[in-house]
Amino acid sequence: MKLSVNGTEHDVQVDDDMPLLWVLRDVLGLTGTKFGCGMAQCGACTVLIDGQPLRSCVRPAAAVAGKAVTTIEGLSPHGDHPVQRAWTEVDVVQCGYCQSGQILAAVALLQAKPKPSDADIDAALSGNLCRCGTYQRIRSAVHRAAELMEG
Amino acid sequence: MRPQGPQTSQQPPQKEVSRRAFLKGTAAVGGSLVVGFFVPAGMRRFAFAQEPPAAAPAALPAVNAFLRIGGDESVTVLLAHSEMGQGIWTTLPMMVNEELDADWSRIRVEHAPAAAVYHSPVFPIQMTGGSMTTWSELDRYRQVGAVARTLLVAAAAAQWGVSPGDCRTEKGWVLSGDRKASYGSLAEAASRLPAPDKVPLKDPADWKVIGKPTRRLDTPEKITGRAKFGMDVQLPGLLTAVVAHPPTFGGKVKSFDAAAAQAMPGVRAVFEVPSGVAVVGEHFWAAKKGRDALQVDWEPGPHAAVDTESLRASYRATAKTAGAKASAGGDVEKALPAAAVIAEYSLPYLAHAPMEPLNCTVRHGAEGVEVWTGTQFQTVDQQRVAQIFGLKPEQVAIHTTFLGGGFGRRANLASDFVVEAAHVAKKLEQPVKVVWTRDDDIRGGYYRPMTVHRLEGALDADGSPVAWRQRIVTQSIMAGSPFAGMIKDGIDPTAVEGASDSPYVTAIPNYRVELHAADPGVPVLWWRSVGNSHTAFAVESFVDELAHAAKRDPLELRRALLAKSPRVLAALELAAGKAGWGSAPPAGRARGLAVHQSFGSIVAQVAEVSVEGGRIRVHRVVCAIDCGICVNPLGVGAQMESAIAYGLGAALHGEITMKNGRVVESNFHDYRILRLHEMPAVEVHIVPSHEKSGGAGEPGTPPIAPAVANAVFALTGKRLRELPFRLA
Repeated sequence: MKLSVNGTEHDVQVDDDMPLLWVLRDVLGLTGTKFGCGMAQCGACTVLIDGQPLRSCVRPAAAVAGKAVTTIEGLSPHGDHPVQRAWTEVDVVQCGYCQSGQILAAVALLQAKPKPSDADIDAALSGNLCRCGTYQRIRSAVHRAAELMEG
Repeated sequence: MRPQGPQTSQQPPQKEVSRRAFLKGTAAVGGSLVVGFFVPAGMRRFAFAQEPPAAAPAALPAVNAFLRIGGDESVTVLLAHSEMGQGIWTTLPMMVNEELDADWSRIRVEHAPAAAVYHSPVFPIQMTGGSMTTWSELDRYRQVGAVARTLLVAAAAAQWGVSPGDCRTEKGWVLSGDRKASYGSLAEAASRLPAPDKVPLKDPADWKVIGKPTRRLDTPEKITGRAKFGMDVQLPGLLTAVVAHPPTFGGKVKSFDAAAAQAMPGVRAVFEVPSGVAVVGEHFWAAKKGRDALQVDWEPGPHAAVDTESLRASYRATAKTAGAKASAGGDVEKALPAAAVIAEYSLPYLAHAPMEPLNCTVRHGAEGVEVWTGTQFQTVDQQRVAQIFGLKPEQVAIHTTFLGGGFGRRANLASDFVVEAAHVAKKLEQPVKVVWTRDDDIRGGYYRPMTVHRLEGALDADGSPVAWRQRIVTQSIMAGSPFAGMIKDGIDPTAVEGASDSPYVTAIPNYRVELHAADPGVPVLWWRSVGNSHTAFAVESFVDELAHAAKRDPLELRRALLAKSPRVLAALELAAGKAGWGSAPPAGRARGLAVHQSFGSIVAQVAEVSVEGGRIRVHRVVCAIDCGICVNPLGVGAQMESAIAYGLGAALHGEITMKNGRVVESNFHDYRILRLHEMPAVEVHIVPSHEKSGGAGEPGTPPIAPAVANAVFALTGKRLRELPFRLA
């Protein structure tokens, strides 16, 4: 099947039921997308499909063939997307394992709602678990990213 | 650990740390200044085994370094501990740079390999835990920086023919008059100078780095997907394995039929290992599908009847009987009247559930074994892997990756996930990564022990507590482990910490804290804040119950009991004051407070809660911490937020239950952790202090559950004595 990941076309030979997560990680070597639960419960595997957030651990890669997949590696060339800059300013990360998913979920939210309220953030990101409890800083950083994107 | 000359033979680890004498080794390695320890040649990693023995300190191999300054101006700090989110990737370099005065933007960080030289200053193993890293390394890592700076200045002074006293440093430069030289340009010359025995450290009044809020150094990697966790290890020819574990603790493989698993595309091997049946695939998905198809007949073993509901009932019955004395004062038997205030508190088993599931990669070859994993116990793992392969520990290289959370789970006394990977790898020619699924993690044991506390208390006519009896029924974490020597007179200190030594309890004229050690066969382990995770709930809830029985304000009674514990009281007063204790809370809300001392720090929290639709909602938590000297206030604030989220998730949702020896929960849908919409607004206040530095990673967890329970009581009159909280 043909997969478009971060603007690059890949021709991959995998079983039809192989989740996108494992194609990204084990076939394409893009390990920024994380395995956390395997059942769309934690959001660590979040990627963007044509700009929309998707749990890649349960979606077969075959289902997104021909669509534009964006992973954390492809979000910005120098790690300076406004959301990433906000994450740096607010000093969000701790262990960091969930943050690829958090950042991509935030990017998708801000595309849909450039000025999200706390309630919008709760609704959009409550499916992205963080065991280190960086939630308060994630909230602040999403607001900060909104300012940076406006600015 | 004393410095050991390069020619000495390998010696057993020593418990005493000589901070004064450890820093003798410096070396020129590729034009770099390397500051490290003397270590015996035998301690070196196998990769260096073919090199001639070091003849002089100058030949100290780089692998033993704590700091490398390169001719290219690079400044690399090596961490003797693991970064698992707690922020030491930034804190330890801050300590170094307080003395070194390098350009902060040049600082790079690496995990050190496993070696005795990197043993904790507290225990003779290389480890991360007990909230110890910052306070235990404050001297050693400052010395590292101070020695390096002294040598760089000496090199510059010699070059310029001036006295070192006429030189100063600034952001990676040595300056004297109108001359200046960069650290990188001086590194090689500095490395040829004899290292001083001891360098005086700066007066804390002159600190510019320690105490300054400093952003994390690992952020760039962690926001771009570049950070490498154990799960992300990639090697040529790497295979992935998952292991089918017995459904009961202590269960064994009776027989298995590998045919269906082997028929799955991409499955390369299926075989038994001591912990179950391994399915090896070309990638995770193949291994996982193979395991799903695998047929195993299990021998259930001796713990197949474990049932948490009946276990709790037996703990409650046991708690009514006398246990082993953990601490006592006065005569509690005489002072406890028939009309004592009595309460029982019950806390469940809890899984650590770090976001990164457990995993370990092992490659073995003629020279030795290499292990890549996120671990909190490097040298423990190293020894166990060495035993499995029949090698010496120094023939096993441990490559520590970032940890996607630890919380104690990756400080496993049996090295369970590392040992399992070693057994799998031993049967394969190619390197293999053994991955635990989330279900494997939730059901794999090593839980915070289920615990019951029975409290009995008495008040005098003035409403002052005069008797306190606390009986704790729980499992020992240390029994049967390398730490078993810490069990004295039947008391595992991790089972009673925070109760037997509570400033409340020991202020009461008649008190007695007793322990019953149960042994139902469920594997248990330290879970963020260990015994304090349950003792603080029991103690702080019962203090609140006594205040209610005495018709006293909860803060006022605590003030009375803490009169001789001024630091504890000050932290409590700070949190209470900032939270507006005594003023009316917003409509529909109430406040509850708790303070707990653990890991050398004191944390007080005031929780403001409401009950909406039968659910507890925590709106705000005001947190005060006294951690003595605070190296990075930004990091300490993050750890308070983190510890509150961890403890609140457990208080609201966390519970591992067992029926017929099988764990009921399996993943985040039924083992729930805190989600973003449940996160309260957390305000952190740090007590300014020059006292000895204390821990930050764990001490924020214990107070949150009782603070919330006490607030719910204030709001509803309902006393929550079981975790997780259930209002109905």
